[in-house]
Amino acid sequence: MQSAITDSNQNLVITEAAHGHQDHPDLRVFGLIIFLCSEGMLFLGLFAAYLTFRAVSTEWPPAGTPELEVMLPAVNTVILLSSSFVIHQADHAIKKDDIKAVRWWFLLTFIMGATFLAGQVYEYQHLEFGLTSNLFASTFYVLTGFHGFHVFVGLTLIAIMGIKSFQKGAFLGGKHYGIEAASIYWHFVDIIWVVLFLMLYIL
Amino acid sequence: MTQVIAQAPGAESFEPDQNSPKSNWREYFSFSLDHKVIGIQYLVTTFFFYLIGGALASVIRAELATPDSDLVAPELYNGLFTIHGTVMIFLWIVPAVTGGFGNYLIPLMIGARDMAFPKLNAIAFWMIPPAGVLLISSFFYGPSSTGWTAYPPLSILTDQHVGQAVWIASIIILGTSSILGAVNFLVTILAMRMPGMGMFDMPLFCWSMLSTSGLVLIATPVLAGAMILLGFDLLAGTAFFNPTGGGNPVVYQHLFWFYSHPAVYVMILPVFGIISEILPVHSRKPIFGYKAIAYSSIIICVLGLVVWAHHMFTSGTPNWLRIFFMIATLLVAVPTGIKVFSWLATLWGGKLRLESPLLFAMGFISMFVVGGLSGVMLGSVPVDIHLHDTYFIVAHFHYVLFGGSVFGIYAGIYHWFPKMTGKMLNEFWGKVHFFLTFVGFNLCFLPMHLLGLQGMPRRVSQYDPQFASINVICTIGAFLLAISTFPFLFNAIFSWIKGEKATDNPWNGLTLEWTTSSPPIVENWHGDPVLTTGPYDYGMEYAHEADLLAEPSA
Repeated sequence: MQSAITDSNQNLVITEAAHGHQDHPDLRVFGLIIFLCSEGMLFLGLFAAYLTFRAVSTEWPPAGTPELEVMLPAVNTVILLSSSFVIHQADHAIKKDDIKAVRWWFLLTFIMGATFLAGQVYEYQHLEFGLTSNLFASTFYVLTGFHGFHVFVGLTLIAIMGIKSFQKGAFLGGKHYGIEAASIYWHFVDIIWVVLFLMLYIL
Repeated sequence: MTQVIAQAPGAESFEPDQNSPKSNWREYFSFSLDHKVIGIQYLVTTFFFYLIGGALASVIRAELATPDSDLVAPELYNGLFTIHGTVMIFLWIVPAVTGGFGNYLIPLMIGARDMAFPKLNAIAFWMIPPAGVLLISSFFYGPSSTGWTAYPPLSILTDQHVGQAVWIASIIILGTSSILGAVNFLVTILAMRMPGMGMFDMPLFCWSMLSTSGLVLIATPVLAGAMILLGFDLLAGTAFFNPTGGGNPVVYQHLFWFYSHPAVYVMILPVFGIISEILPVHSRKPIFGYKAIAYSSIIICVLGLVVWAHHMFTSGTPNWLRIFFMIATLLVAVPTGIKVFSWLATLWGGKLRLESPLLFAMGFISMFVVGGLSGVMLGSVPVDIHLHDTYFIVAHFHYVLFGGSVFGIYAGIYHWFPKMTGKMLNEFWGKVHFFLTFVGFNLCFLPMHLLGLQGMPRRVSQYDPQFASINVICTIGAFLLAISTFPFLFNAIFSWIKGEKATDNPWNGLTLEWTTSSPPIVENWHGDPVLTTGPYDYGMEYAHEADLLAEPSA
């Protein structure tokens, strides 16, 4: 990407700029939010499939499906929801250029998120139905599995930004897209889980 | 690396040889971040896949020249029409109109130097060739044979397990590419217009890309959902869509068509935008009804999301649902009609430059209207019950997709080729191309309406001999269509290398892409782009002045 400037003799001098985005403000948060609308539609499509299967079945869950334990997922939900408040503190902190606080908030969020995933794995191991047991089981695993994958991606983002925060001058002076992105993505993952939890366990 | 370009005052702009095709062809095979290079990469790549899709169609029509299944094995025939449809939709029209024209034109039309996210842009493009190769490779081990719609239970129980899995993977990659492009278009159009260009000052092509991108963003992920669940059924033993396992195949249809209906608007809306750009320039008149056309694009986007089940009128859909979808479907004709009437009013009384861009644009309007009429017929449940899965459907969608989208793409290529390459296309061969295409297209697809009404089903290689004579006519038309491609191909390649040099503004257009060189420099304009007129202010005093200033000084 190049930019054009004139030198002292009115000659047009074209030089390669360090990076080509100097002509417009940082639009990456806007882009991320638009992308997350798309990801949201992926889950909405899967939710719609689940709700349709439920609506047209004579019995839901299908006969013989072991009842779901609600306590562990409920605790997990509380952990994940709280972690959104935690990462929000990191968002506040970076806007005050307090990189040290960001590291701690991110670490705490990571631990809470990892706990959530561990809880999911524990639940998977102790469920009495498998992927192919019946229609409810299949949708359960696909829905929670895809969500879990998105949590994993979120944790990876948090880890990467957390490690990056140790670089000199990282994220300071308003250039904190990475922190904001990890935070927004994490909120997204949280909102999806709330809907999932209500749909699968409560309603 | 610095380059100094001396520009003495008063001299005409100097375009160094770096832009000649011989010296920079390598750029088009590279991971370029320049939206103009990426746009051309999309256009050339998708045209290549169009030729493959066309080759498949030629074999199909050759088979259908006789009532017996005597040219290719029936299983292979099923693979032929499956890959033909899949390639034409996902590897030709969708990426050509969005990635091709969208990428090339949007930054130029809004006075920006590039898209909002150039790297994302390049990533989205480079997903296309591997996905295409993957899909075509399935011919080596048994392609999917379900039709491009991949309905279960057939797509789950098929013998072509691998081919079907490859098909699913290919669609997921192509859908992702599409979504990444849409994110880029939305952010760019909404946030990167030059100062002084409000939403209602931008060219109508940008409005059409706005609504197209909204559709891609909202609908494509649902297709991904359908593909994921289908993939699990095919490979992991689940039974989402398998009735013997408790699943429901109609749920697949809902998820599939929730995307695939908006997909047809994705394939036509950018072309509507192209026509809205071409008509004012080549009839030297302001566009009639700018706001009506802009708003109608948004209405089509919204309505297009709630009509999908008109593809499922015979799937056991309950009556109350069918009536809702019938009404919504017929309503979509209204904003579309608004556009057609506005275009006709634009042409009316204009000084028509009857050359290839306008010929193809007028061909578009007439052929698309025919397709739209058959569409309105099919939107009516009682009619569709008889015509579903017959050749009437094949006629309908080829009229809107070929007569519509492809004619529009050709119009756009003839119109913007000088800007993109710096060379003029040969006008005589352009007219030959138009004439052969128009005749071949109608000869091939018009009789199919009759075939459908007479009851010939689609997706068959063997049919009742009563349909034979009409099928022969269709096949002749198809071969004429195949031949028609050659004048265009030779014209495009020859002109790109050795054609007459194009000026900055060979058509005297008023949109911003015509205020810079042909082809534009990397950063699109020397200095900042200058907005002097509205995009369609032909005949206005101040536009006339600006037009004189824009005249090339040679």
